[in-house]
Amino acid sequence: MPMIGESVTEGTVLRWLKAEGDRVARDEPLVEVETEKVDVEIPSPWAGVLQRIVARVGDTVPVGEPLAYIEVKVVVGAQHAAPLQPAGARPVETTQVGTPPAQPERPASGEGPAGRYSPAVLALAREHGLDLSQVKGTGIEGRITRKDVLAFVAARGAVAAAPPAAPPAPAVAPRPAAGEVMRLTPTRRTIAERMSRSARTVPHAWLAVEADVTRLARWRQQIKDDFRQREGADLTFLAFAVNAVVRALKEHPILNSSWSDDGIVLKREINVGVAVATGEGLIVPVIHGTDRLSIAALAKKLSDLGERARARKLTIQDVQGGTFTIDNTGAFGSIMSVPIINYPQAAILTLEAVVPRPVVVDDAPDGQAIAIRHMVNLCLSFDHRILDGAQAGAFMASVKVKMEAFGPDTPLH
Amino acid sequence: MAVKQYIEAIRDALDEEMGADPRVLVMGEDVQEGGVFRATEGLLEKYGPGRVIDTPLAESSIVGVAIGAAFNGMRPVAEIQFADFIHPAMNQIISEAARIRYRSNGAFCCPIVVRAPFGGGIHGALHHSQSVEAFFFHVPGLKIVVPSTPADAKGLLRAAIRDDDPVLYFEHKRAYRLLKDEVPEGDYTVPIGRAQVRREGDDVTVFTYGFMMHEALNAAQRLSKEDGIEACVVDLRSLSPLDRDAVLEGARRTGKVLIVHEDNLTGGVGAEVAAIIAEHAFESLDGPIMRLAAPDVPAFPYAAPLEDFCLPNAEKIGDAIRRLAAY
Amino acid sequence: MVRPREAPARTRGVGEPLGLSDDQLRDMYYKMLVARILGDRMFILNRQGRAPFAITGHGHEACQVGSAFALRPGRDWVLPYYRDMGVVLALGMTSREIMLHFLARAADPCSGGRQMPNHWSYPSLRIVTGSSVVATQIPHAVGVALASKLRGEDDVTIVYFGEGATSQGDFHEGLNFASVHRLPVVFFCENNGYAISEPQWKEMAVPNVSDRARGYGLRGSTVDGNDALVVYQTTRWAVGECRHGRGPKLVEAKTYRLVPHSSSDDDRRYRSRAELEEWAKNDPLDRFRKYLEEHGLLDEEGAQALRARAEAEVQDAVDYAESQPYPAPEEALSHVFHP
Repeated sequence: MPMIGESVTEGTVLRWLKAEGDRVARDEPLVEVETEKVDVEIPSPWAGVLQRIVARVGDTVPVGEPLAYIEVKVVVGAQHAAPLQPAGARPVETTQVGTPPAQPERPASGEGPAGRYSPAVLALAREHGLDLSQVKGTGIEGRITRKDVLAFVAARGAVAAAPPAAPPAPAVAPRPAAGEVMRLTPTRRTIAERMSRSARTVPHAWLAVEADVTRLARWRQQIKDDFRQREGADLTFLAFAVNAVVRALKEHPILNSSWSDDGIVLKREINVGVAVATGEGLIVPVIHGTDRLSIAALAKKLSDLGERARARKLTIQDVQGGTFTIDNTGAFGSIMSVPIINYPQAAILTLEAVVPRPVVVDDAPDGQAIAIRHMVNLCLSFDHRILDGAQAGAFMASVKVKMEAFGPDTPLH
Repeated sequence: MAVKQYIEAIRDALDEEMGADPRVLVMGEDVQEGGVFRATEGLLEKYGPGRVIDTPLAESSIVGVAIGAAFNGMRPVAEIQFADFIHPAMNQIISEAARIRYRSNGAFCCPIVVRAPFGGGIHGALHHSQSVEAFFFHVPGLKIVVPSTPADAKGLLRAAIRDDDPVLYFEHKRAYRLLKDEVPEGDYTVPIGRAQVRREGDDVTVFTYGFMMHEALNAAQRLSKEDGIEACVVDLRSLSPLDRDAVLEGARRTGKVLIVHEDNLTGGVGAEVAAIIAEHAFESLDGPIMRLAAPDVPAFPYAAPLEDFCLPNAEKIGDAIRRLAAY
Repeated sequence: MVRPREAPARTRGVGEPLGLSDDQLRDMYYKMLVARILGDRMFILNRQGRAPFAITGHGHEACQVGSAFALRPGRDWVLPYYRDMGVVLALGMTSREIMLHFLARAADPCSGGRQMPNHWSYPSLRIVTGSSVVATQIPHAVGVALASKLRGEDDVTIVYFGEGATSQGDFHEGLNFASVHRLPVVFFCENNGYAISEPQWKEMAVPNVSDRARGYGLRGSTVDGNDALVVYQTTRWAVGECRHGRGPKLVEAKTYRLVPHSSSDDDRRYRSRAELEEWAKNDPLDRFRKYLEEHGLLDEEGAQALRARAEAEVQDAVDYAESQPYPAPEEALSHVFHP
């Protein structure tokens, strides 16, 4: 199928004008083809015999694919034998690299790669207090790359965390430790890189609040079955927590930001990522425009994202663009956790388990009493470059107040 | 979601905006019979010759008359048949459209869209393959968008029509029927001024736009499989205003930047992106900022070997990424 | 060498046949007078170093004011060029506003001090912003007329330009488009015989700009541009034709520029003082004053009173504008895009 015009990408065979076995002259019309732009008769490129029709009437053939085979006689010795060519083949292209090859200049010799460090490498070295002469370079001519430095730091960290070296072994060469080596999946590698980068570059600080969600717990108990039946998803504590967090983020936009050397970038949108544990590892699908969703819509969205995450059906858009992260650590019974910030966000919040506990309550008119209340801890790790305790505390106080206010008068839709 | 061709997405955007807003009109050469690429097919029958206007063969007045209609409350979408023919209209675009708000101190504005098919790889030769965005990129007061997918083609055209400033909308002619992809339902727009990360990666960041985005994605996928190199591909989508946040974020992420465009190298958009990164993300650089573009020749030649020599493609992009990753 | 035309013989009566009252006739004269005195003052301010640039319509007052009186201010659309002080005054811009613009003050209604004089822009009077680039306003006018027609409105668009502009491609493209689509636009050419230093015969091979109209299928008329009432009558006819959907018209008003092109031009380099003196005898202000006197609408005393009033108005405008602040420097960054 020849390329007939700009933007023509395929053709549909309308009618063959010659039959198999017919002689064809050069330029004689062979076949009628319909394209998006025009209907055309395709003339034969060669004189010969129409040996075999490949595309039947009604077939749609992309440009470059065969329509038919024509047997052609050649004068041996005068030129290369014309091979049995599919009619309508494109001329063979030579692929020389013609565009300017975008070849990075070699690092200046004389100084040698050891004396030539990129700004990224120098910045990392400064940050970690490294002696770059100790780092092995895998770049051109042994240049130290950013990844080399990162690898060095990660390895050094692993070594530091290892138990103290065993006393010097006897002269016998030490045997490698017995055990299986688990190959690293791409997901595991990514998680490792992300966690390391976050832990490395962000000074983490942490605080926790506890909220009395008895009102919410009792109400939810009453309506959850009905909700499940009507909406097809569970009305989880997490949906309420996301709603509370989003409203608190609107009051405290500094928590919805990113650190950069040029300034703290306050994000325009609120896109909350919710951590999901899958068989492969942790993944954080993002709810875009979280502030636009009602509690019921959030519940359904969380259910959908969780399912798709576990089924490995998330799209690129689903995991991009997050501005804040929530982890439902309570789902596996945790009552307190110290999460690692999802780089490069400003903070991450965990929703711990809702646990009935005895607490002191006001008991008018006498004073105080001990009652059984549903208590839940909410923990926040935050980037201390961006936030101070007071701001983080104010945000968490706001989240707490909202969690404690959920009840039968809360609109779900 | 429906699967649409890039050209169908453009046509749908025009149709839907015309249906929703009686001020929107379409004007240009041959638009009534559907346009040489069929972008305006069916609009005449639906909206009549008052709103789908065949103009004389005179580009300066296609834009000039559109500007006038915009002064008097309409929202014209002017079509220049090929971007290669936009040059006679430069005066109206640069001296007039770009400056109207500024020169009248905000009293008048110029809510026009100028659509033009651009780009090569379709044997268009010297006058049907050009990229012209660089000429206008330099002019404050103009917005420029270059969608690379059907979904973006629709969303950006809608946003352009609704924008109160003049927007140049460059659609890649090779993409018209070649690209078929999901287009969301409903009234959505793609904001002007926001880039889109098409592929995540931590080894090299590739900034690109237009049809080259697909070539870059192909290259990145192959490199991931064959060499284990993970390229982050960022589709700029809007050239003016440029998404500087996305540019700097992408550069800082990997420290290695390759900018790819079909326009020729010198003075192209890539040069400005490189300058921004060099100035504001210097400390994050792990290698020189590289550009891959067409060579500095007046336009793509006609003969296939000549055009292929000039046009960037997945293979050349892959080589460039590989070299940069190894630096 | 450009010679003044003989005033064509025609029956003149008072304004009644034209639909103009005595007061309107006097007002027409007054506006012409203010335009002239503003122009004088602009050159003076420039020569005194109080304004970097001046460009006026000395000699064009009759065709500007006369044609503008045939329009519906604020309804019909007007795209003037930089000489059209008489047009914008007749439509309703004040001397103070013109001076604010001339002196590039923050309160300049045309551009907030961004454009050089006299680049008019006034949305409530439907005066459309223009640039220095010659003839670009012509396709704009065609577009404005297109929109009016699409919406079934009877507003007419008028676009002004000099004869030099008729060499630009945009002039030809504009006339062609308007004629093909039968749009309600009056193309008004103020032919003063010179495009800076180049006389008409260097701009075109035809004797009249209106000869070009035929090539585009539209009607062109040539009139004595220094006869305010003939210009008024012709413009009223042309505007009426457009309002009734009979297609675009070209009106060529032959006049003469009594001053250099601008404060940066020395016209002694390309025309003789004798020619200027010859044309000064055809000064439209004198002619119209004589007309009013002949018809008992103005006597010597009245004329002097009008002049005094005009001088006072212009002086007030200058004093006022000079007392107003310049725009804040950071304003240079605003209005690139919508906020």
